[in-house]
Amino acid sequence: MEKKLKNLKFNKSDAITLGILVAIFGFFFVMVFTGAASNQMKSMIIPISYNIILAISLNLMVGFLGELSLGHAAFMSVGAYTGAFFSVKLVEAFPGLPIWVYFPLAMLVGGIAAAIAGIIIAIPALRLRGDYLAILTLAFGEIIRNIITNMPILGAAIGFDTGSITPKIAKAQTLLPFAAAAVLITTILILNFVRSKHGRAITAIRDNRIAAEASGINVKFYRMSVFAISAFFAGIAGVMYSHSQTLLKASTFDYNMSIEILVIVVLGGMGNMSGSVIASIIMYMLPEILRDFDSYRMLIYSVLLIGIMLFTSAPKLKNFREKFTFDNIKGIVIDRLKKSKKGGTKNE
Amino acid sequence: MNNNGKIISSNGTEMFSPPSNTLLPTRDAGKVPVLDVRGLGIDFGGLRAVDDFTITVGPTEIAGLIGPNGAGKTTVFNLLTNVYKPTRGAILLDGKSTSGKTVDQVNKMGIARTFQNIRLFNKMTVLDNVRVGLHNHTDCNFAESFLRLPAYFKAERKSSEKAMELLSIFDMENEAYTLAGNLPYGAQRRLEIIRALATSPKLLLLDEPAAGMNPSETAALMESIRKIRDTFHIAILLIEHDMNLVMNVCEGIAVLNFGKIIAKGSPEQIKSNEAVIEAYLGHHDEEEE
Repeated sequence: MEKKLKNLKFNKSDAITLGILVAIFGFFFVMVFTGAASNQMKSMIIPISYNIILAISLNLMVGFLGELSLGHAAFMSVGAYTGAFFSVKLVEAFPGLPIWVYFPLAMLVGGIAAAIAGIIIAIPALRLRGDYLAILTLAFGEIIRNIITNMPILGAAIGFDTGSITPKIAKAQTLLPFAAAAVLITTILILNFVRSKHGRAITAIRDNRIAAEASGINVKFYRMSVFAISAFFAGIAGVMYSHSQTLLKASTFDYNMSIEILVIVVLGGMGNMSGSVIASIIMYMLPEILRDFDSYRMLIYSVLLIGIMLFTSAPKLKNFREKFTFDNIKGIVIDRLKKSKKGGTKNE
Repeated sequence: MNNNGKIISSNGTEMFSPPSNTLLPTRDAGKVPVLDVRGLGIDFGGLRAVDDFTITVGPTEIAGLIGPNGAGKTTVFNLLTNVYKPTRGAILLDGKSTSGKTVDQVNKMGIARTFQNIRLFNKMTVLDNVRVGLHNHTDCNFAESFLRLPAYFKAERKSSEKAMELLSIFDMENEAYTLAGNLPYGAQRRLEIIRALATSPKLLLLDEPAAGMNPSETAALMESIRKIRDTFHIAILLIEHDMNLVMNVCEGIAVLNFGKIIAKGSPEQIKSNEAVIEAYLGHHDEEEE
């Protein structure tokens, strides 16, 4: 019986996710620090990083808990503004403070602020489910955006000046190590969480809430926790965003941005972390690559999205692709080899 | 009358005496009943769905709840697990009231259930389904899971081993890594029972465990039900339409019709009870006219 237990320390799909991340950031490091990276590439590194964090944290909510959230950009904005405000004040108080001191601290502060926002939204959200919850999160996003737009201390509609905390020279070189660390730590933490008893509880709630409750799982507690955790990491992504911009505008964090993050998650596959990672890269690079098409850019982008969606999620194509997984091919090859061996002995 | 050996109850003759202690098996006599329900009732609007529901289940008793369709049997289960809040009456589990508790707290107190329409976590493996049942017996907090501290590995290993052990009791260890949704029907029913058992209940509620099973599967189920009682030493209360199963397995039976208990007693007493026959087959004289 003990032999049948699978190895707990190693999960194949998690290893793939982490492998992809290490490869991507390894590539970025090599390109940036050897000076081979173009300016366009340098400008893409930070957005890709925070998109990965956003997608992974939203995937926890949408893919694992099974609750549709259209307010992820709001959590990001709470983190972005709190983190930036914290850093600006800190740099004001201690001029010349190096970025490696205030940036990680700001991430923590921004994350915690976003998590608190997550808990606040979870209180009314606990009473709702499905479509209604989605609309509630949507409304929440708009509320946050409007509050920020009307707060003079955060620059109101003009925008919040973050020039003092953003690195002025060698931006990519300075921020890349933080971005890489944040992405890797986020991914490892969320994957660890998902593979624990808590992750099982969350997946159980998604698959069958009534049965989960009857199995002794505190559904309210877990829904609230996931809201908080998901918001925490969205907040960190926000801090990363605000420390790479010179001006923060509340209008950036609108409904479209939430939808974009959701598209990444759906495109990569619900509950599929490596999918989220790859999709966030594709989704960010695609519009950049399509710049050559000029006015047809958004049209081609949309058509490509539909195409990718069909390719990844249409049932027939899915069945077709499943025939060609690594294990299946390996099985077929082994079968062939066995047959040819048998044939050989018969001939003798 | 009661010649079925072990199942003669100490005061089985007092079939309709209201409060508790109506039909405990002799080996449970004198012990605190695991389930003591008094005057339980619920109204849906003007409809009295369940009224004056009073039963007792001994700590190791296999009890049955039968009745025609729509009699309110599943409603009783939902009341017992606090899915519905009762309008009247009290539920005592091992002498403690479950009133005001949430569904998951009732499970922690010791009532586990299965569902009439199977409710598994279809996209999770069989093993993980059982491990969800072990949730409250897996010792690992948020920090330990996020950081994979040693306690995490210890808890995970323990829960997989325990889950495997439970699966092997019911000969399902070979399906441990298949998705629950891909199991054949009978195995899904069995998995639901295993998941319920994983929560270490004192009382197991089975809602039509034999529904959709063929006679040989039902026979195997009867064996399993007895096996569960004998290995885990718990009480079982089951809803079932298969009279063969009920009469063979149950030691005490309550019959529900239109939300009211119309008879309680041993299988023999129920078989010959006029009110029960009438509820199932209709009025005697109507046919004659």
